[in-house]
Amino acid sequence: MKLPISWLKDFVDLDGLSVEDIARTFTFGGLEVEEIHYAGLPMPKDAASNEFKTSGIGWDRDKIVVAEIREVKPHPNADRLTLLDLFDGTQEQVVLTGAPNIFHLKGTGKLAKPIKVAYAKEGSTIYDGHADGLVLTTLKRAKIRGVDSYSMVCSEKELGISEEHEGIILLDDDAPVGMALVDYIGDAVLEVKINPNMARNANVYGLARELAAMTGRDLRSLPDFGGLKGGAGNFAEIEIVDPQLNPRFVLGLIRDVEIKPSPYWVQRRLRLAGVRPISNIVDATNYAMLELGEPLHAFDYDVLNERAGKKQVKIITRAAQDGEKLTTLDNVERTLSSMNVLVCDEKGPLSIAGVMGGAESEVYDASKEILEAKAIEPKEGEPTMGKINMRGKSTTNVLLEGAAWNFINIRRTAKQHNLPSEASFRFSRGVHPALAEMGVRRGLQLMAEWSGGKIEAGLVDNYPLPPKESVVEISTRDVKRILGIELSAQEIASLLERLEFKCEIRETIIDTRKSKNELSNIEHRISVTAPPYRLDIGEGVVGVADLMEEVARIFGVERIPETRLADPLPPQVGNPAFEWDERVRDILVRLGLQEVVSYRMTSPEREGRLAAHNEYARIANPITPDRNVLRRSLLASALEAAEKNVRAESLELFEIGPIFEPVKNDLPRELPRLAIVLTGLRAATSWDVKDSPALDFFDLKGRIELLLAGLRFVDVTYAPTESVAYLHPGKAAEVKVNGQVVGVFGELHPLTKEKYELGARPVLAAEFNIETLRALSPAYGIVPVAEFPPVYEDIAIIVDESVAASRVEGLIRQTGGRSVSDVRLFDVYRDEKIGANKKSLAYSLTYQAADKTMTDAEAAAIRNKIVKRLEHEVSAKLRS
Amino acid sequence: MDQLNDIEKAALDALASVVTEEALQAWKTAQLGRSSPLMQVFAGLGKLSKEERPAVGSAANRVKVAIEAALAARETEIKAAALAKSLEEDALDVTLPGRTVNVGRLHPSTQQLRRVLDILKEMGFQVYTSREVETDEMNFQMLNFPLHHPARDMQDSFYVESEGRGDNPILMRTHTSPGQIRAMREYAATNPQNPPPIRIALPGMCFRYEQITSRSEMQFNQVEGLAVGEGITFADLKGTLSDFARRMFGQNARTRFRADHFPFTEPSAEMDVECFVCGGKGCSVCKRSGWLEILGCGMVHPVVLQNGGYDPKRYSGFAWGMGPERQLMLRYKIDDIRYFWGNDVRFLEQF
Ligand SMILES: [Zn+2]
Repeated sequence: MKLPISWLKDFVDLDGLSVEDIARTFTFGGLEVEEIHYAGLPMPKDAASNEFKTSGIGWDRDKIVVAEIREVKPHPNADRLTLLDLFDGTQEQVVLTGAPNIFHLKGTGKLAKPIKVAYAKEGSTIYDGHADGLVLTTLKRAKIRGVDSYSMVCSEKELGISEEHEGIILLDDDAPVGMALVDYIGDAVLEVKINPNMARNANVYGLARELAAMTGRDLRSLPDFGGLKGGAGNFAEIEIVDPQLNPRFVLGLIRDVEIKPSPYWVQRRLRLAGVRPISNIVDATNYAMLELGEPLHAFDYDVLNERAGKKQVKIITRAAQDGEKLTTLDNVERTLSSMNVLVCDEKGPLSIAGVMGGAESEVYDASKEILEAKAIEPKEGEPTMGKINMRGKSTTNVLLEGAAWNFINIRRTAKQHNLPSEASFRFSRGVHPALAEMGVRRGLQLMAEWSGGKIEAGLVDNYPLPPKESVVEISTRDVKRILGIELSAQEIASLLERLEFKCEIRETIIDTRKSKNELSNIEHRISVTAPPYRLDIGEGVVGVADLMEEVARIFGVERIPETRLADPLPPQVGNPAFEWDERVRDILVRLGLQEVVSYRMTSPEREGRLAAHNEYARIANPITPDRNVLRRSLLASALEAAEKNVRAESLELFEIGPIFEPVKNDLPRELPRLAIVLTGLRAATSWDVKDSPALDFFDLKGRIELLLAGLRFVDVTYAPTESVAYLHPGKAAEVKVNGQVVGVFGELHPLTKEKYELGARPVLAAEFNIETLRALSPAYGIVPVAEFPPVYEDIAIIVDESVAASRVEGLIRQTGGRSVSDVRLFDVYRDEKIGANKKSLAYSLTYQAADKTMTDAEAAAIRNKIVKRLEHEVSAKLRS
Repeated sequence: MDQLNDIEKAALDALASVVTEEALQAWKTAQLGRSSPLMQVFAGLGKLSKEERPAVGSAANRVKVAIEAALAARETEIKAAALAKSLEEDALDVTLPGRTVNVGRLHPSTQQLRRVLDILKEMGFQVYTSREVETDEMNFQMLNFPLHHPARDMQDSFYVESEGRGDNPILMRTHTSPGQIRAMREYAATNPQNPPPIRIALPGMCFRYEQITSRSEMQFNQVEGLAVGEGITFADLKGTLSDFARRMFGQNARTRFRADHFPFTEPSAEMDVECFVCGGKGCSVCKRSGWLEILGCGMVHPVVLQNGGYDPKRYSGFAWGMGPERQLMLRYKIDDIRYFWGNDVRFLEQF
């Protein structure tokens, strides 16, 4: 909501408050000021360190003044330019201009009625009207086509009021010549963010009410509507089919309206508020809406009469039928559905209620068609004015509608037809029905003032469903219990009364035995009635919370003290699963791996490179087609991360996070996984490391061994596996902990690797189910540190290729029992001398006795036993 | 006697040209060895008369001591020269880069989540985690976002395809708040008549239907806090969050609270922390205001308490939410939010 300070001033005395004070008050009160646009009023001295985002300019009070044009003369050397005889309050000046909106007065001699303009003298700083965007310029003396030019009459763009640069500003006739322009129309506009709970304040009067309440000032009452309060009008009938959709509908009539531009001050205010002035009638509906918050709709009464066959005009409101059609005033034929509400007469639909009028019944003025054609297209998602056509006649009779609508229908309708507008913005957030009548009266009053029309006595008002009056009981105890501040009932009531709540204080006796903290058995309860502009105060406990918000805001959130929690600390239980994942992260980081975090959303095509899945949890409204499902493989995510870093010499990445297994029409299963990807060089190339070998299977396996050891798992076994399609069948292993499969790892299958851009070196990948890991018991106890010297011995044995190293090591350990404390494979060797399909495995054995020094003879005896066992079990031969 | 003087002079003259260890050994043999002129003098002492012997003997001894002293001195000199030479030869180019080890790192978001959670854990808030895909009911309705309510405009959602679920579609959670309901219900189930107090921190990934740009992401982490009990006030909220801010942003961090609106809290507020980059003077990070918007907070809405199984007439509480990635962006002057899930190691290894 764009709030011009000058308009705010109509309702609150702003003396002693700077623009920034006002903005700060709003911001702390829950109406955040997102930007201040200065249109004349002085900008704060050090704009660079202002606490608000700012734009615009302040006008130099000595240099920019109200002046009057006394004669428009031709320029001696240029047809398009004119020379103005102008009086600035002290001196006569000659000013050069090309403004089209006074060009028609060229050469007509002394003007009978001088024209009031905004005049910038030599040395003033204004915006360059011809530049794209906003570029500041300072007026200097120059010769233009042989005539001296040193000052100018300004357009709105040049003064930072709006983008308008079609002509110069033509001030209203009563503008005082010589007055500093800033004193006459200097302004600033606050861009106030209207949160859903503040919908009632999307208007000048609402914001004025808030400011008055928060600063303890008086709120001026609304303009007197004069003699408009007459009884029921008889110029139309209203039938409301469903009061739930349309709780109230009010019509007023004004006759013999002359359609013409509004006074300049009105146009200026509308533009500052972000609304394009169109004509006095349309401007009056917009002005009343911006001021009071009630969107109004103007019908051409003569058209309705015509449609009614000169009989009584009858307005009917009802839900649309599915498939019903209406051409709206933007000349789009719209197909309606039953959630849309229509305003109709007996011949058919006239407008989509609360959203947009129909083309046929709009107030129309042919002379305005040009303006209409130039209507600026609204930016996407931004509320805009409903555009209104005018049908040319010298005078018109206008039927003015103010109504209340079900906000859900309006909201869905505006979304369905993609018609955001100032009206639907307000109606879709709820407008109190009381405002319908007030809005119509204000609209009629403004139309009469600006168009010379005559208001028909009385209104037609159909009000079948007044909102339930909202009455909430609160107590001083509630304020203490929720806000933590001690306020008396009177203090609370006076805070609420500033927002027009009605408060009634009662004393009640309470049972102090039930609550230990009460000092007195008298409790002050306040019965609070919500004012007739609010729909947002709930019932019961919700109402209490709604009122606590108001008390806190008006008291001042900043003034509430800071205290420490006194409530008992709950039992501390931790989060073992979360802590477990964190521990896995820590170990992997210690092992030199970098954590990555990927998008949960991917596409079957992306993941299909690794493994194809048919079933996915699919995103119904993906933001891009390549993020249209929830991932089923964490390894696929990690591989994509590796792919992004393909130029890195070496990558060691891991990710921990959920994958999503779809469940038809229900929440997917979220399964935690760990993925590891290694690729590149084992050691970084540097001035003394030239040809580092590439990371391979055993680099990954070593890290997995250390990870599982770090988690204190000792019963860990590795077995070859060919069941993982994306892994090299000869370089893949399955990991079991305590006999349970927890993960697989290996080198990426060449065919899989081909689908990724991952360079030439092997890519090692692992995928673990850390949920399974979490559930397994780690080792209890430690391995004692031996006290007596061991005996070390190396043995090499020759076995068939098909014998797994793990089997050999297992046999050694089993046979050696407790006497062999360590078995380390230090060489694997293949050679013709050993024989085809044979390999030599060299082990370094540590023989250790727990209670004495191991002798060579004892060690030899154990070794012989081991060798015999190996010969027997795997046909091993000891290599000499 | 003259002969001895000559021997001494010759020895010392010869020593002047000795510069190596080997030459020194040769010189030592030549001057002090068995067949050296000096030793010959000692050997010839027996042949001298009794009268001559003492004088020659003592003169020979003096020469021997002098030669030995010269030897020791030169030996020291030569060793020092040799050491100096070897030190010089061993000198490195210390400007060559050092040898690195492969260092692992946590993702910056994980690091920030830990900073936040470590503080909250010390303050008695326990980590509570819950699912990332939720129902409309849990993500919105239970949290006082009614169907078709304007408050929903604030959080556009990703929906997961499903059929026949009516007004309860499946969606990606837009905040960690559904965890508040889940937690309250879990706690309340332990003692439905007298539900226990709650202090929890809810971290996790959230999703909003937003175009990915330098300023907005479709996926982001959030940490929420929730305290529920008997007698928890808005003043407690302010005190607790200011404590948190001091732990998080420095002992002198000042905070300020502005009224705001969230459907699941009322009254609601926004907490700003004095800009830690400029100390409140105004800079580009705080957009000249001197303050940084850090978190949204408020008293738990009675409808939310009710939905969690806590009677709002008896219990009250507060909740707040903040974004670790936003905090990182402020802390490290990161100007593009897309870095976080871009997984470029050149970004990740800076943390
Ligand atoms: Zn700053």
